[in-house]
Amino acid sequence: MIGSTASERQSIPKAPTGIHGLDDITGGGLPRGRPTLVCGSAGCGKTLMAMEFLVRGATEFGEPGVFFAFEETPDDLTANVRSLGFDLEDLAARDRLVVEHIHIDRSEIEEAGEFDLEGLFIRLGLAIDMVGAKRVVLDTLETLFGGFDNEAILRSELRRLFRWLKDRGVTAVITAERGDGTLTRQGLEEYVSDCVIQLDHRMLDQVSTRRLRIVKYRGTHHGTNEYPFLIDSDGFSVLPLSSLKLDHVASTERVSTGIERLDAMLAGGVYRGTSVLLSGTAGTGKSSIAAHMAAACCARGERCLYYSFEESPQQVLRNMRSIGLDLAPWFANGMLHFVSTRPTFHGLEMHLATMFKHIREFDPHLVVIDPISNFIVVGTPGETHAMLLRLVDFLKSRQITAVFLSLISGGKALLEATEQNISSLIDTWILLRDVELGGERNRGLHVLKSRGTPHSNQVREFLLTSHGVELRDVYIGPEGVLTGSMRLAQEAKEREAAEARRQAIARKRREIDRKRQTLDAQIAALRAEAESQELELELLLSAEEAVDRRLTDDRLGMALSRRADAHTEQEETA
Amino acid sequence: MNSEHEVPAGSPDPDVWELRLYVAGQTPKSMQALQNLQKICEEHLAGRYRIEVIDLHKHPKLAKQDEIVAIPTLVRKLPDPIRRVIGDLSNIEKALIGLQLVPASTP
Repeated sequence: MIGSTASERQSIPKAPTGIHGLDDITGGGLPRGRPTLVCGSAGCGKTLMAMEFLVRGATEFGEPGVFFAFEETPDDLTANVRSLGFDLEDLAARDRLVVEHIHIDRSEIEEAGEFDLEGLFIRLGLAIDMVGAKRVVLDTLETLFGGFDNEAILRSELRRLFRWLKDRGVTAVITAERGDGTLTRQGLEEYVSDCVIQLDHRMLDQVSTRRLRIVKYRGTHHGTNEYPFLIDSDGFSVLPLSSLKLDHVASTERVSTGIERLDAMLAGGVYRGTSVLLSGTAGTGKSSIAAHMAAACCARGERCLYYSFEESPQQVLRNMRSIGLDLAPWFANGMLHFVSTRPTFHGLEMHLATMFKHIREFDPHLVVIDPISNFIVVGTPGETHAMLLRLVDFLKSRQITAVFLSLISGGKALLEATEQNISSLIDTWILLRDVELGGERNRGLHVLKSRGTPHSNQVREFLLTSHGVELRDVYIGPEGVLTGSMRLAQEAKEREAAEARRQAIARKRREIDRKRQTLDAQIAALRAEAESQELELELLLSAEEAVDRRLTDDRLGMALSRRADAHTEQEETA
Repeated sequence: MNSEHEVPAGSPDPDVWELRLYVAGQTPKSMQALQNLQKICEEHLAGRYRIEVIDLHKHPKLAKQDEIVAIPTLVRKLPDPIRRVIGDLSNIEKALIGLQLVPASTP
C-alpha cells in the first residue's frame, strides 16, 4: 500500500463509535464491516467499551447492534450499564439491540468426535436479522477455549467466524483477555488483523490510570500514543493528549477584563478564546482580577464557569463583595456557575473528564480555574502539564476564553516560572507580585506577555478598593518603584512642590504688580511736577507780561506827565 | 420436526430416554452423528429411547432457546439431569460417558 499522509485522502470506511475521543484518534471510528479486537486485562473496561459502541451506534447512528455475552447474563449486563445511563431493556424493546448470553458450561458438555460452531453462527445470524444489526460485539470470545477441548476445531471455527462476520458486513468488536507477553491469551490477534485496540489499567503512586492504545489499524493512520481514558457516569471517554492538529479559530475580537486600566495595558482586552494566566504569590489579588473578568463576562451576557478549588461559592461571593464586586445577581440568574471541589478529591484524569463534561453541558464563554497549582498535588508535573495542555486545547477549540490562576510559592527565582511550566500554552500572562518597600507590601502588576498584542511594558500598582480593582501608575525613583504609602508620600511631595511653585509665581506676580504701581506713581509724580513747572512758567510769563504792560503804562504816564509830544502818542495808544 | 419414535409417544415412562439431536442441515457430520447415536441406543437402550432430530437451519430459534453452540449436539432430556454431548459421536466411549451409559471411572 502506498503510504498516504494526506488526511483528506479517502481512507477506509469507518463506523463512528460515538465514544468521546476515540473517534478523534482513530480518524473517524472503527473499520466498517470488519472485526476489531479489543484486548486488555481483567477489569480494564473492555465490556463497557464494546457496549458503548453498540449503544451509541443504536441511539446516535441508527445502527442496531447485537451483543453476545459469553460471560455475563443479559440481566447482569443491563444492571451494570444502567449506572452509565444505558437502558438496554428499552433499546431491546425498540428492536435496536439484542443482548444474548451464550451459556457454555464445561461440566455439562462431553465432546465425542468432530463438531463445529454452527449453532453459534445460527444464533448470531438470527439475532442480526432480528434487528437488522450493523454492529456486533462478542464478549469474550476466549471463553470458548475454556468450554471446548478441541483447540484445532475452535481455531478453524474462529477463522470461519471472522470471515463470516466480514461477509455479513457487520462492524464487529471482539474482546479478549490479555495474555502473558501476548496481546491476547489465545492469540486471537492472528485472526483479527484490521484493528487492534489495547486497554490497560495501571497503578502509579496509588493513583490508577486507564490507558488505551491502538496497536494496529490497517488502511488508515491513527494516533499511536497511549491515551488515558476514563469510565465515569457518562461512559467511556478517551482523552487525546492533544488534538492532532492546531487549527483553532483565531478570533480578533477582544474581550474586556472588566478593569479599565488593564484593558488599556492590553490594548483593549484579551482576544476571545485565548488563555490568560494570572500568576502570583499568595494574596496578590489573583482571584480578585479573575472575579472582575467573570463579572465583565456575565455583564456582556455570556456564561461563565468558575472552578473554585479553594473556596466555596458563598465564600467567593462574600469576599468579592468586600471589594465592591457583587457577583450574586449573576450567580442567581445562572450566568455564573461555580464548581467547588478539592483537587485532591479526584485523580487528574477524572478532573479533566468532569471538567470537559461541565464545559460541554454549560457551554460557557469564560472559564476560570482557581487555582491550577493544586493539580500538582494530584499528579506528577508531567501529567499535570499534559492535563493542562489538553484542557487548553479543548477550551481553544470551543473558543472559550480561559483564565488560569497559579499560585507561586515564594522565592524570586521562581517568580517568572510557573510550577506547571505551562507558560508556553498561555497567550496572555499577567504577573502579580508583592512589592515590599518602606515596611509595607503592596501589589504590583505587569503583563509579561500577550501574544499578538502591543501590551504595556510598565509595572502598575494595583489596589483593592471598596469599589473594585484599580490600577495606578507607580513612581520610579532612584530606589526602584514606589508603591503604597511611599507612593502617596511621593504624590504629596509632588503636590507640595507644585503648590510652592504656584505660590512663588503668585508672589513674583504681586511683586511685579507692585513695581509697576510704583513706577506708575513715579510717572504720575514726574508728570505732575512737569505740569506744575509748566504752570509756574505760565505764571512767570503772565507776570512778565503784566510787568511789561505796567512798564509801558508807566512810560506813557511819565510821558504824559512830561507833556512832550505826548498828545499824538496818547491818541495812538488810546 | 424430523423425529423418530422408537417408543410410542405420550407415555411418560421414566425408563424411556428422551434424546434430542441438534443438527444444521444434512452435513456429513450430522449424518454421522445420527448413525452413531442410533447404534449406541440400539446397543444400550434397545426399546426404551426416543430420538428427536432438530435441524436448526429450519428452526433457528431453538438454538437460542436450547442454548446450542456446537453442532451436532446431543441433549439427554430425560432422565434427569440434562446431559450434553457434542460432536459426531465417533468417539463411542466418550459418548457413552457423556450420556452416563457407563460410569466415567471405568477404564
